[in-house]
Amino acid sequence: MELGNLASLQAFYPELLLTAATLVIVLIDLLTSDKSWLGEVALISTSGALLLIGVGPLDGGAWLFRRMLVYDSFSIFFRALIALAALVAVWMSIGSQEVRRCEQGEYYSILLASALGMLLMTESANLLMAYLSLEFVSLTSYVLTGILRHNRRSQEAALKYLIYGGVASGTMIYGMSWIFGMAGSLDFMAINRALFATSHIPVLAVFIALVLILSGLGYKVASVPFHMWAPDVYEGAPIPITTFLAVGSKAAGFALMTRFFYPAISHLGPDGNWQPLNQVAWPQLLLVVCIITMTLGNLAALQQQNMKRMLAYSSIAQAGYALMGFVLLSNDGLIAMLVYLFAYYVMDAGAFLVVMIVANLTGSEDISAYRGLAWRRGGALLAISLTIFLLSLTGIPATIGFIGKFYVFAAAIRERFYILAVIGILNSVVSLYYYMRPVKAMFLEQPVDSVSAVTVEYWNYGLMGVLALATIFLGLYPPPIISFASNSLRFFISSS
Amino acid sequence: MPLTLLIFVPLLGAAAVLLQSEERSVWISAFIFSLIPLGWSLYLLAVFDPHASGYQFVEHFPWIPQFGISYHLGIDGISLFLILLTTILISLSLLYSGGGDIESRPREFCFLMLLLESALLGTFLALDLFLFYVFWEAMLVPMYFLIGIWGHGRKIYATFKFVLFTMLGSLLMLIAIIYVARAARGSLGYVTFDLPELYKIRLSATEARWLFAGFAIAFAIKVPLWPLHTWLPDAHTEAPTAGSVLLAGVMLKAGAYGFIRFAIPLFPAVAVEAIPVFMALGVIGIIYGALVAMVQPDLKRLIAYSSVSHLGFVTLGIFAFDTQGLEGAIYQMLNHGVSTGALFLLVGMLYLRRHTREIIEFGGLWSSVPIYASVFMVMMLSSIGLPGLNGFVGEFLILLGTYFSRKVAVYGAVTGLILGALYMMWAYERVMWGPLTKAANVTIADLDKREIAVMLPLVGLVLFMGLYPRPLLNRMQPSIDALLVRVKDAQAEVQREQVVASSGFLPESAGATVTADVRGSK
Repeated sequence: MELGNLASLQAFYPELLLTAATLVIVLIDLLTSDKSWLGEVALISTSGALLLIGVGPLDGGAWLFRRMLVYDSFSIFFRALIALAALVAVWMSIGSQEVRRCEQGEYYSILLASALGMLLMTESANLLMAYLSLEFVSLTSYVLTGILRHNRRSQEAALKYLIYGGVASGTMIYGMSWIFGMAGSLDFMAINRALFATSHIPVLAVFIALVLILSGLGYKVASVPFHMWAPDVYEGAPIPITTFLAVGSKAAGFALMTRFFYPAISHLGPDGNWQPLNQVAWPQLLLVVCIITMTLGNLAALQQQNMKRMLAYSSIAQAGYALMGFVLLSNDGLIAMLVYLFAYYVMDAGAFLVVMIVANLTGSEDISAYRGLAWRRGGALLAISLTIFLLSLTGIPATIGFIGKFYVFAAAIRERFYILAVIGILNSVVSLYYYMRPVKAMFLEQPVDSVSAVTVEYWNYGLMGVLALATIFLGLYPPPIISFASNSLRFFISSS
Repeated sequence: MPLTLLIFVPLLGAAAVLLQSEERSVWISAFIFSLIPLGWSLYLLAVFDPHASGYQFVEHFPWIPQFGISYHLGIDGISLFLILLTTILISLSLLYSGGGDIESRPREFCFLMLLLESALLGTFLALDLFLFYVFWEAMLVPMYFLIGIWGHGRKIYATFKFVLFTMLGSLLMLIAIIYVARAARGSLGYVTFDLPELYKIRLSATEARWLFAGFAIAFAIKVPLWPLHTWLPDAHTEAPTAGSVLLAGVMLKAGAYGFIRFAIPLFPAVAVEAIPVFMALGVIGIIYGALVAMVQPDLKRLIAYSSVSHLGFVTLGIFAFDTQGLEGAIYQMLNHGVSTGALFLLVGMLYLRRHTREIIEFGGLWSSVPIYASVFMVMMLSSIGLPGLNGFVGEFLILLGTYFSRKVAVYGAVTGLILGALYMMWAYERVMWGPLTKAANVTIADLDKREIAVMLPLVGLVLFMGLYPRPLLNRMQPSIDALLVRVKDAQAEVQREQVVASSGFLPESAGATVTADVRGSK
């Protein structure tokens, strides 16, 4: 089904709502002097967007806006994930002291705009649209990273992000031009038809083009060797933005990457396995990238003293685990990746939230600030929640992180990638070491300052409780999320 | 739902403990909540059918149907007594710890103890590989905190080492578990993690070898077998008394239990092939543990090393693969839980009074604390294997079972027995006999009522199990025989295939099996 411009709007409500909200926030910001409630406006609009995501003409899917975007189960999964990420980011922003000090109107409108860009990334079915939405997300992210105008780290991070991002997206669009040159079209399905139509495609040229495109996508998901920006940016940005980049931006990157590498340049066999373009070795390349990404992320995280930096490296490693599902060339692997990304969303957002709460309290993000947290009055819940999130990131059973890892390893073993599974396992053992360091500090060391009680706003407690319970509940009873992910793995690829 | 109750009552207790604010009510409520599973497991013992070889009180519900994972619990003659051991030791440790051993944060301590009880019971009850793995890993978390918060000396180092070692092993096992479940698709047509179902699948010899290795490493670290034992002395020595009791008394048994329940019945042919390896490691463990224990200046570390030695016996008994050997192995697991648990408690009591565990610091305690010294003597003799006490029954059965199959191993094991008697008696002599040289030892108090209440059930068990082992052995036998039938069948099949292979001729049926294997592994 191909919908025209006007008819497409019926599957486009979340995006419309976010666009409207962005503009409304700018207007309110101009008209009123009391800006303390802008966060609530943003919160309402992101929740609205989340609720509207299922709305649309879903029988198999549809092309929107003259085949620029595609509406299918796959995009619904990622749009939901991104709307959830935006919701958490806005919720955290309202409870963050850092954010309270910056310009509310700009902050929230750009945050919503960034979410809009991510939604578009997950739906893109055209290289032009893919590039534009990716660049849209990047530009808004640069601003959000540097929004703490009087903080030098924040400024430095924004600048680094901008420079890396500029190079990466420039490289990517160059690669896209190669693809356009060979396929004669920007449309994903037309590319697929063109590349699979001839028996002698220029293998080397296609490979080079894919490598170039990967630089832009790899930069979004923060995989090696395009991960360098992540630690600095994660450390410098306000924590809600760090969270949004870590979960939202990464998810959007994975969505676009999957849509391009799977339906656009591979063929789905009848057994649920994908056939990549003949002799183009991108799966092998990504396999290497995946292994290096998780290993390097974990090894670098070992010696971090700053929680945000540690979680930044850990999120690089986590991207590596998700990539394990990506490189298997099977539907099973992709479902594992979806489950993993969802698990990652819950546990990583939770961990960053606790970091933010502790930063609100102590003004510090160093692991030393967590010393004895569990034994301070009122600190026990914080410590227990952070422990749950970190155990989940490690992959200890009875948490959602274990389900994610389990599924990814199971998929790898099914596709006979035994070595990959063993490398993933060894990485988990390494990661146990650094994930346990804050736990050690909180429980096994004595508090520096045992006199003062820890007070946390109910606002932050509420979200923390929800995320911690979700981590445990979905860890004990994962069928809902597994069936959601497996139902979502349907690409709309009819070319009519 | 008799078994679910067993797992969830401690969890409920853990929640209830958190709600208490007064120290006294924390201990009382934790103790009461540990008595409920104890009473319940005694009831299960009473209604357990001693003649059935299969699982009893089975509960089976789908849990994650997409992966073929179910919530499947059951008890047989092998796990029954391990469950009793767990519930008994938890109650006694809580009773003991309330008497001053745990001074700070009693609420959190009791919370973690009950959490640990739930995980340990789940490990022994689970009949689904996934469920088993969840409990197996879940044990680590409370133990990490128990050692790290209430331990002594280099507690953080010890607890990290313990967790890292165990994690490494169990994650490799996770890969093996996933592989086995996937392989079920080839033989059964669907993926399943259900243990009884997985007994039916067929694997090629190479596959089975790798998978056995994956399971065996995880279990060998937990047991621990030499040379993977290095985490044990640190963790046992630095842990609080209750932690050491549960580590030695129950957690090590989880490793041996893993061999009996999972590694061996799933891959019987490989287990038979691996007999020499495990016999050798067992004997090395017996002698090495005894020799190292002999030179320890620290009483607690001495007992920790004696565990390495005792668990070597258990390994020997398991891999003897005959009724006596396996019965002896399980019996020895229970003995070790009782007597080593008791020894750790006794050392803890001594430490409470003198704040040291160095053997040099003592001497002549017999005259100042006679009750303590006599209880210690009973436990020491039980650990050595004096006839009439429980240790003798287990060791005798193991040696008997092993003697028929591997005489060489028996010579090594007997040497270890003699060394064991030597280091235990020597340590006892230095601590209890001789003149009272240190002034501090003259005035220390003898066991108080609470401590006597803790030790009395253990002394009773030592005597009962030593004098009247029949009721226990009877209940184990049907399950053990079922396991042995499986092993013997596999052994026979391997021999038949070897004969067929050496005659250079594949009958049609064997050829069909081979192709089925190839398909199965896909």
